[in-house]
Amino acid sequence: MKILVPVKRVIDYNVKVRVKADQTGVDLANVKMALNPFCEIAVEEAVRLKEAGTASEVVVVSIGTTAVQEQLRTALALGADRALHIETDLNLDSLQVAKLLAKVVADEQPGMVILGKQAIDSDNNQTGQMLAALTGMGQGTFASKVVVNDGKVQVTREIDGGLQTVELTLPAVVSTDLRLNEPRYASLPNIMKAKKKPLDVKAADSYGVSLESKVTLLKVAAPVVRQGGVKVESVAELVDKLKHEAKVI
Amino acid sequence: MAILLIAEHNNQSLKTETHKVVQAAADIGGDITVLVAGFNCAAAASEAAMISGVNKVLVADNAAYEHQLAENIAALVAELGKDFSHILTAATTTGKNFLPRVAALLDVAQISDVIAIESADTFVRPIYAGNAIATVQSADAIKVLTVRPAAFRAAETGNSAPVEAINTTAHDAGVSGYVSEELTKSERPELTAARVVISGGRGMQNGENFALLNGIADKLGAAIGASRAAVDAGFVPNDMQVGQTGKIVAPELYIAVGISGAIQHLAGMKDSKIIVAINKDAEAPIFQVADYGLVADLFTVLPELEQQL
Ligand SMILES: Cc1cc2nc3c(=O)[nH]c(=O)nc-3n(C[C@H](O)[C@H](O)[C@H](O)COP(=O)(O)OP(=O)(O)OC[C@H]3O[C@@H](n4cnc5c(N)ncnc54)[C@H](O)[C@@H]3O)c2cc1C
Ligand SMILES: Nc1ncnc2c1ncn2[C@@H]1O[C@H](COP(=O)(O)O)[C@@H](O)[C@H]1O
Repeated sequence: MKILVPVKRVIDYNVKVRVKADQTGVDLANVKMALNPFCEIAVEEAVRLKEAGTASEVVVVSIGTTAVQEQLRTALALGADRALHIETDLNLDSLQVAKLLAKVVADEQPGMVILGKQAIDSDNNQTGQMLAALTGMGQGTFASKVVVNDGKVQVTREIDGGLQTVELTLPAVVSTDLRLNEPRYASLPNIMKAKKKPLDVKAADSYGVSLESKVTLLKVAAPVVRQGGVKVESVAELVDKLKHEAKVI
Repeated sequence: MAILLIAEHNNQSLKTETHKVVQAAADIGGDITVLVAGFNCAAAASEAAMISGVNKVLVADNAAYEHQLAENIAALVAELGKDFSHILTAATTTGKNFLPRVAALLDVAQISDVIAIESADTFVRPIYAGNAIATVQSADAIKVLTVRPAAFRAAETGNSAPVEAINTTAHDAGVSGYVSEELTKSERPELTAARVVISGGRGMQNGENFALLNGIADKLGAAIGASRAAVDAGFVPNDMQVGQTGKIVAPELYIAVGISGAIQHLAGMKDSKIIVAINKDAEAPIFQVADYGLVADLFTVLPELEQQL
């Protein structure tokens, strides 16, 4: 079985983003970029399935500018076999990304697609579900456990009340949550090897998918900053303030 | 404007999130139809009919909808939704699971985690873990939105809207099945609905020590939450995680104990009315957002706090 893993290049999760003064977006000049953490977990899961003999090949795909090749190389260093870069300068919405990925699914015929539950820049949490809809596949979102067996996959999902397990017919889409696994670090030899792994580039507009979004970003503002308050010296003072000043207890 | 709102429920009763989504729908303005899709869910439907502002409740009662499987619910909502200008549901794990699927079936974008309605086509939502607030305008024929419950007050009750059974054939996509559920049982209020939340982080050291929060939570009628680090370490179950990728809470009082205050955690609680931080490190970033900070060892002050409440 082949596993397809879509990955996104995003701002590093440690970076404190700043909104641009003209409110057109956030300042991404000279900030550290990285593989979206949930995508890292997706790559790890696919590689583990390959190591366990369940999967035969792990293909990673990323949609964006030439810069995303850096994250594709990272994924290759983590153990993916080959990469596909779908090139575009446009800032696509999840729906357009899902449409392109649906074309890749048609070309590659993977047995499973594993992707992140959420990109930590857009915080959309949409692409996997949309891809599943467009391809008619079942979906196991927010996965904390994935067990493949006999043409089916059982996915344990992190839900608001606890955990839920569903069974999906393959091919299926799985989106990763934080507890699915702990991604490995790429070793230096593997980083060197990744440079020689195949990386194909295709133009986004060669897929015959409309890349236009009907959603316009009007403005991006900084959130209201919370003012830090006071330090209290004792539990007694804290309780007193909560009772008489804040009046919340 | 005709709004289709998908209710959140467990077949017996409606979740409080639904009342908040009704408020968001009322902010858009227009006719509000609530869909209750489930199995033996008549009780949940009659609760929905009581929410003020609701014009009609549709009930799709079928075994295919019992566990809210996204494949089946999305097919139903996409079929019904064609006749509406807006489709809304709560940004809970249930809503986040099926609604993007609906949007794709209808070939429109989804706008996730809406925190304010500017107009019928313009919405406000946080991005980058709440470090930026985006205002977006949609030209799609049908606007599909998940609504962040913590950002809206609950609509009142006292209505008696008509309840109608829908007569379309049930959608069973046949690609997914329910296996089992392990739900956390707790007598405490739900995290997202509680007036007071007390959360523990890595500083709690282990799961047993979370018992130190119990007595305080009992006295304050609080829900107990956690940081990702506490969940990852196995101290407490995943559904207690507060943050960018966990639950978003905005209680009257949030008490963070042994939590450093990473941006991903702040994203889930910084809209609380009053924040208290208890941390032994005076430099911990959580103090930058705390109204009241207590620099102390939690093992000393938690028993004291319980006693003094
Ligand atoms: C993709 C992604 C998503 C994430 N999503 C979330 C999320 O949704 N929610 C979330 O919380 N995090 C999330 N995180 C993790 C986040 O970055 C932090 O790692 C996490 O919040 C840290 O948890 P913590 O504050 O409990 O632990 P730490 O940062 O280790 O802090 C522990 C604190 O306890 C204090 N302490 C220790 N002992 C005591 C004592 N005896 N008395 C008093 N204080 C003590 C220490 O001074 C320290 O400040 C995410 C990270 C990533 C990459
Ligand atoms: N431009 C992209 N290229 C490849 N995969 C993407 C892209 N955008 C989103 N994804 C995938 O979809 C997941 C969820 O993203 P989102 O729905 O945007 O929050 C990410 O974790 C990626 O796995």
